[in-house]
Amino acid sequence: MCRTGSGRDPRAMTTHPVIEVSGPRKSYGGRAVVDGVTFAVEEGEIFGILGPNGAGKTTTVECVEGLRTPDEGRVRVAGLDPVADHEQVSRVLGAQLQQSELQAKITVREALELYASFYPHPADWRPLAEHLDITGQLTARFGKLSGGQKQRLFIALALIGNPRVVVLDELTTGLDPRARRDTWRLIEDVRGNGVTVLLVTHFMEEAQRLCDRIAVIDKGRIAALDTPAGLIRRASGSTVISFTPSAPLDEDELQALPALASVAHKDGRITLAGTDETVNAVISLLARQHITAHQLRVTDATLDDAFLDLTEASA
Amino acid sequence: MSTSTLSTARPRAAVLRTEVRLFRREPGGIFWILMFPTLLLVILGSIPAFRESDKSLGGLRLVDLYVPVVVLVAMITAGVQSMPQALTGYRERGILRRMSTTPVRPSSLLSAQMLVHGLAVLVSTLLALAVGRLVFDVRLPEQLAGYVLALVLAVLAAIALGSVVSAVSRTTKIAGAIGSAVYFPMMFCAGVWLPVQSMPHTLARVVELTPFGAAARALGQAASGDWPGWGHLGVLAAWTVLLSALAARWFRWE
Repeated sequence: MCRTGSGRDPRAMTTHPVIEVSGPRKSYGGRAVVDGVTFAVEEGEIFGILGPNGAGKTTTVECVEGLRTPDEGRVRVAGLDPVADHEQVSRVLGAQLQQSELQAKITVREALELYASFYPHPADWRPLAEHLDITGQLTARFGKLSGGQKQRLFIALALIGNPRVVVLDELTTGLDPRARRDTWRLIEDVRGNGVTVLLVTHFMEEAQRLCDRIAVIDKGRIAALDTPAGLIRRASGSTVISFTPSAPLDEDELQALPALASVAHKDGRITLAGTDETVNAVISLLARQHITAHQLRVTDATLDDAFLDLTEASA
Repeated sequence: MSTSTLSTARPRAAVLRTEVRLFRREPGGIFWILMFPTLLLVILGSIPAFRESDKSLGGLRLVDLYVPVVVLVAMITAGVQSMPQALTGYRERGILRRMSTTPVRPSSLLSAQMLVHGLAVLVSTLLALAVGRLVFDVRLPEQLAGYVLALVLAVLAAIALGSVVSAVSRTTKIAGAIGSAVYFPMMFCAGVWLPVQSMPHTLARVVELTPFGAAARALGQAASGDWPGWGHLGVLAAWTVLLSALAARWFRWE
């Protein structure tokens, strides 16, 4: 393994992935919550961890943050062990936790100054607060902030130590759609400044929009690891064809279509999931039988569809 | 490592400064720890019978005995009521976890809370001594070194007891319930209803084995010019050691 000497700047090691997770196992009461998840995150990436509730997403990132010690396996952040070298890792890793708060009566400014004092080379909190649009709340107490303001403050606290990596766990849960979109823009800005982002989410739209690569975790294991487009392609039924036929179609002929993933009938409308090959075949089938397809729509499946397909496949 | 000590000194001071500031924003804590004990002294002292010297108390007045008692009220309130609420709240609301992801250990938040409550008790003590002296002519502790020693040991015992309450309480609600259950027996032992010096002999011997019964005796002795009994100081020290060990063993960070 690669341990950085005290005198060496860990930023110099750009050839190694900034986060390496190789097969940690973590069990509670005999039940494996994380079971051999393996991935590596490159510097400057937005890496998503996606999965249903209880899949082991949070436990996985808690191992990265050094909040949990895996029973076995290896986790490295900037080449360091998050548990054994906790102090050094906490200087390069900023975290926003699911369900954590601050003291109800601490003001935003006090929280920023306090957390800045924890780090050897903190960011200046003033431009940070400005960027995150919380300058109007500097004298407000934490307990009086709205959900969106609290989340923006937590992003600021995650960034205040000038980290190389930020871990954001269910950052936008509970935010209204506008606040969620504003937060996405912030995450893109964070990456724009060269910070690597490890993002835990269960919002497909969020993962599809932000992430360079996504690990889909299900039941403590990786079900798939790819780019959002790759995950969609990989899922059976990545293309969806729907139309209302002018005359009934023979069900056997539909079922015989190549690369077909599913067929659904509803109110005289047929929805097929498959690939481009399926599209071509269904068009020639319709032509042969002189059937007109009303309101024909061919769309790409969304990450939603891919996710359901991938997590069902491993069930 | 000297460099590591240096690098954690500044954040620890910042955490303490923040906790002092936050304590000052809690009207409940300010009233019950800083004001109420002295208020109790003023109320009791305004009863004429409390200001008459009593031969069975060696010529002292009840109001003389009540100055150490209200100091103990401040201590018990801070230790078993106020501090466990703060500590379990910090755990329950993920504040300790949030701090675990920074280079500063969450233990610095716990020790800052203990220090803040200890300081609040000292301020409350000074207030009670000053009001006792100015309003009721209660003499200041004559064996000052002994008084300070007994006071420090008693504060440590109160903090240790509060730490045990925090350790065994999973939530702030449970901490409130356990805190109240511990509060009243401790107040009794401290002599709030009947000073230890006036308790029947057998009861007094038993009460002197509890932390605040021993503290009441030690403070009372030092107030009237004697060196506090080593037995009482020993009881306080033993409780502090035992309770601290239990708190350290039972405390859960999550």
